[in-house]
Amino acid sequence: MARYIARRLLLAIPVLIGASFLIFAMVFALPGDPIRALSGDRPLSPSVQAQLRADYNLDDPLPIQYAKYVGNLLQGDLGTDFSGRPVSDIIKQSLPVTVKLALTALVFEAVFGLVAGILAGIRRKSFFDSLVLVSTTLIVSIPVFVLGFLAQYFLGLRLGLFPIAGLTEGFRSYLLPGFVLAALSLAYIARLTRTSLVENLRNDYVRTAKAKGLTPLSIVGKHTLRNSLIPVVTFLGVDLGVLLSGAIVTEGIFNLPGLGRAVFNAVNSQEGSVVVGIVTLFVFVYIFFNLLVDVLYAALDPRIRYE
Amino acid sequence: MSERTERDSQSSVPRDEFAGRTEGRMPGDGPVAPAHRPRDAEVPDSTEDLRQASLWSDAWRQLRRNKLFIVAATLLLVLTVMAAFPQLFTSIDPRERGVCQLANSRQGPGTNGAWFGYDIFGCDYYSTVVYGARVSMIIGLVVVGGAMVIGVFLGALAGFFGGWFDNLVARLTDIVYGLPLILGAILLLNLLAADRFFGERNLATVSTALILLSWMTFMRLFRSSVISIKDTDYVSAARAMGATNSRIILKHIVPNALAPVLVYGTIAVGGIIAAEATLSFLGIGLQQPAISWGLQINSAQNFIRSSPHLLFFPSIFLSVTVLSFILLGDALRDALDPKLR
Repeated sequence: MARYIARRLLLAIPVLIGASFLIFAMVFALPGDPIRALSGDRPLSPSVQAQLRADYNLDDPLPIQYAKYVGNLLQGDLGTDFSGRPVSDIIKQSLPVTVKLALTALVFEAVFGLVAGILAGIRRKSFFDSLVLVSTTLIVSIPVFVLGFLAQYFLGLRLGLFPIAGLTEGFRSYLLPGFVLAALSLAYIARLTRTSLVENLRNDYVRTAKAKGLTPLSIVGKHTLRNSLIPVVTFLGVDLGVLLSGAIVTEGIFNLPGLGRAVFNAVNSQEGSVVVGIVTLFVFVYIFFNLLVDVLYAALDPRIRYE
Repeated sequence: MSERTERDSQSSVPRDEFAGRTEGRMPGDGPVAPAHRPRDAEVPDSTEDLRQASLWSDAWRQLRRNKLFIVAATLLLVLTVMAAFPQLFTSIDPRERGVCQLANSRQGPGTNGAWFGYDIFGCDYYSTVVYGARVSMIIGLVVVGGAMVIGVFLGALAGFFGGWFDNLVARLTDIVYGLPLILGAILLLNLLAADRFFGERNLATVSTALILLSWMTFMRLFRSSVISIKDTDYVSAARAMGATNSRIILKHIVPNALAPVLVYGTIAVGGIIAAEATLSFLGIGLQQPAISWGLQINSAQNFIRSSPHLLFFPSIFLSVTVLSFILLGDALRDALDPKLR
């Protein structure tokens, strides 16, 4: 097990380096001169411009810029934006918002997705089953930003149930954006749970359990569900990337000051160091959770063993 | 099953050796090859044609009975015609000068006989939304086509030859997977817009960015199909008859490994259409005066309270288009692979 984790961590290193270099290259090949954009209508004197360029390593060739960046990164220094504010500050400030949003979404997914999937799987071909199938298909077809506006209009404006923007109402502010962010994955989880439960209920051990006189509840709860959750857990690992990507859109629509909005603003204002810092964090989180999921396999399914 | 994999793994070494020899012998083998070709082409191809015909005709028979397929296919037919010939659906061309009257700005549905009302510039909203179908259909099909070609090409090579190339492609896939789609597209679009060749954010830039970020699943799907097929008996038979690697890949492996990729591709068209709309909505995809549902929803967002119709109509068209592709893909999957049901 420890050897497996070590090998996976080693494999993650080239991916992390490749991804961050790719992002770095894309960001610093962006059009326009950030220093000129910074100075606005009144151009800075050439000496100040040269000083700024030297400060931000803008004159070095790309690989050297990248090497300097990684060197600083390893010492915990993510650089600063062009107004001198450390990138780590920006992340510290906006990370909690995104984490709360993603956690709200995960709770929605786990509760509603799993319950809907389990009920539909147990009562296959019932009315509830068809309802789950139809509604998940509909949810999957509505793009996140459209769903966001529809939720804002109907649940927020028309019915007045939820605040529609900002963070003014604490926990309640996260409900609507969290639900919108969760919707797509919620539908996938419901379907995945249903399919995998239906498949597992056909197994011999289920018949044995039934013959022993176990109630349907304990058959599903003790035997089938554990086996059915394996693909769902895999999905949750991959899903984290989707949640982060969706956060860019959701945070924009609901006006939440999280990482998604920070990175979107930074791309538009060409704050290279901010973009690279946040996106590298995204990639790191994605790789970490995929590793975690692979390790969780063994806990859920004793048949899977790592050499 | 286990018996078979064992046998296959045992025989894989000599077969690879044999493949190397046939490849080496190929160029000098002029006179033999023509004599071989008719038989080589006749035997496996005719069985393959029979098999294929039965697979696809089975699939077709099942599709015709599937009501959801009929609904999805009809909707897509209408949307395709709408994209190709919007004039058939509306007499007003919103791109013409003088069609839009600012006095009509944001009038609700039913005003002056306009079914969907008017947009911010006072253009007839129905015709504007109808003309939006073109961009979505083009981007959806072009991107999935491009991603499928890249994915099938890399997947066939990685799956068939394995080794360092397989490892390289796998790492590359990991790297691109690590970038969230929308975020990667934002970065790429900023980059491509600066390029002299692309110049601005138009259909070509948005399509290129989305292709570069969406080929990975095609590659993985195709790679695993190729790996499961390359050890089958008919591939061994073709190899024994002296078929070259390229012939085996093109004639035997690709046609048989294509079904899962086609199913995923159909569903993916919906996802790509949604992604384009999202990018245009964020202001980094297509730019005005292009007509796109994402742009329409973008300009509607400030008027949700006063003119919700501006939000609803493009949203409905967009969602129905995505839904149709998903339903079509589901129906195709059921028909082509009963195991997945």
